[in-house]
Amino acid sequence: MVERRPFLTVLSHAVMILGVLLIAFPVYVTFVASTHTLDRILEVPMPLVPGGELVENYRQALTAGSTKGSRAAVGAMLVNSTVMALGIALGKIAISIVSAFAIVYFRFPLRMAFFWMIFVTLMLPVEVRIIPTFKVAADLNILNSYLGLTLPLIASATATFLFRQFFLTVPDELAEAARIDGAGPMRFFWDVLLPLSKTSIAALFVIQFIYGWNQYLWPLLITTDESMYTTVIGIKRMIVGSDATNEWNLIMATAMLAMLPPAIVILAMQRWFVRGLVETEK
Amino acid sequence: MEKRVVFRSAWLPYALVAPQIAITLIFFFWPAAQAVWYSFQLQDAFGLKTQFVGLQNFVTLFKDPHYLNSFRVTAVFSVLVAVLGLAIALLLAVMADRVVRGAMGYKTLLIWPYAVAPAVAGVLYAFLFAPSIGIVTYALRGWFGINWNWLLDGDQAMLLVVIAAVWNHISYNFVFFLAGLQSIPRSLIEAAAIDGAGPMRRFWTVVFPLLSPTTFFLLVINVVYAFFGTFGLIDATTQGGPGQDTNILVYKVYHDGVKAADLGGSSAQSVILMFIVIALTVVQFRFVERRVQY
Repeated sequence: MVERRPFLTVLSHAVMILGVLLIAFPVYVTFVASTHTLDRILEVPMPLVPGGELVENYRQALTAGSTKGSRAAVGAMLVNSTVMALGIALGKIAISIVSAFAIVYFRFPLRMAFFWMIFVTLMLPVEVRIIPTFKVAADLNILNSYLGLTLPLIASATATFLFRQFFLTVPDELAEAARIDGAGPMRFFWDVLLPLSKTSIAALFVIQFIYGWNQYLWPLLITTDESMYTTVIGIKRMIVGSDATNEWNLIMATAMLAMLPPAIVILAMQRWFVRGLVETEK
Repeated sequence: MEKRVVFRSAWLPYALVAPQIAITLIFFFWPAAQAVWYSFQLQDAFGLKTQFVGLQNFVTLFKDPHYLNSFRVTAVFSVLVAVLGLAIALLLAVMADRVVRGAMGYKTLLIWPYAVAPAVAGVLYAFLFAPSIGIVTYALRGWFGINWNWLLDGDQAMLLVVIAAVWNHISYNFVFFLAGLQSIPRSLIEAAAIDGAGPMRRFWTVVFPLLSPTTFFLLVINVVYAFFGTFGLIDATTQGGPGQDTNILVYKVYHDGVKAADLGGSSAQSVILMFIVIALTVVQFRFVERRVQY
């Protein structure tokens, strides 16, 4: 701080506390709603202190799901979401790190052409090629499967760039030393490059796990079978009608369950999250 | 920048890029090419016959008042999301940067909304603002006499999705603003203070101009987010309604293509969106190149 201004310090804290409370409010209400019976929530105004139905609501959501709309159990959806998020995060990291390795450490015909092909995918988000991509998935017979949920989303220009940038900063002497010692390219990759990339991998993992967990449009298109719903899709499918006809206690319990895993990943890996966020956008 | 030391192998580099290139070709290039191809086709009502119609789908689109309206809605939506999101995040970041004690704690308390899927954020806000049972609706009616019903009122529906989108993206903006603020050399601010500039003056003449690369970068990212990232949010709340009042371009592509099964029209919209993404990406990268020199 440049100078002491007690008034400004108090004001800063006040603004921050107000901001934190305002931002937390929707989630607090969600949590409260997930601990009451439906009847209590439908009273206007709904209670603002937690009730005693927490265990019952979460048990019902996890094992049986809603009785209206989609009847799939949220427990299975959480498994699907986890598989999808892990598949996308690990898949992206795996294919990006090897292609970045090839592009940085080898000279071969078409090298730049491949680089630009990967680059251009930045400009083709799922949203702009919805129907044709769906058709491709249908032709490959991967609708309603884990492969269909993950494979089309694991090509990533940002991850490839991140690794490329990082590899370019790795001193040439390391590759030289490895070659003098008689190590082949793959040995160098496993024993030198991969251990050096640990923090980049951790940073990317956080960002891509959240990206995978929170996917909406793609799973919405290709999962028609309730047993393949991800949690985010499941919540949407529980909302069937207007305000009073939904089982809000179960929807809100499911919403809490949908937010918890990515929130835990962010908070537990906060340092890598901030790094990943800043680096993937460069 | 190139590596001085490289490995040699006739086949290994191709094997290494193969998985990435295969997925890129199958799930990106082929569908994108098909989208362009369909955009020149007209399908009959039963989907049995298609014929090549050139640019007719595009002409039809730009004569369609709903489509032009969707452009206007998207513009209003993205401007509101970007301006409100940046202003609030900047205020919070400046305050967090000021406090010496507890800055890390505040940061932790502000980054978690990033974990919430846009669709889930939509569900949360739909519940809070539900016309008959929502707690915020109740408070608005009781305290301000505002009758809140976003199912009927287009402006309120727009406000609802804007608030939800800003909330959902606030941590992203906050993290970048805080990083930007912390990279401003203290000596500059101290010099301004010695010259007698008060906190407000220092902010507007020293901090804000130095922060402009971050601000501009975030502006682009927020527009991209409003254009493409908010699909789930719209689908979980207004579904483009009431009428067409929150029907942003991305949602319209989905609605026309999947729900209304208008292949040619939806593909033409996809192609137009592709041009928008390309333009935004170019802006972003030209800017990033400039930022490196700072």
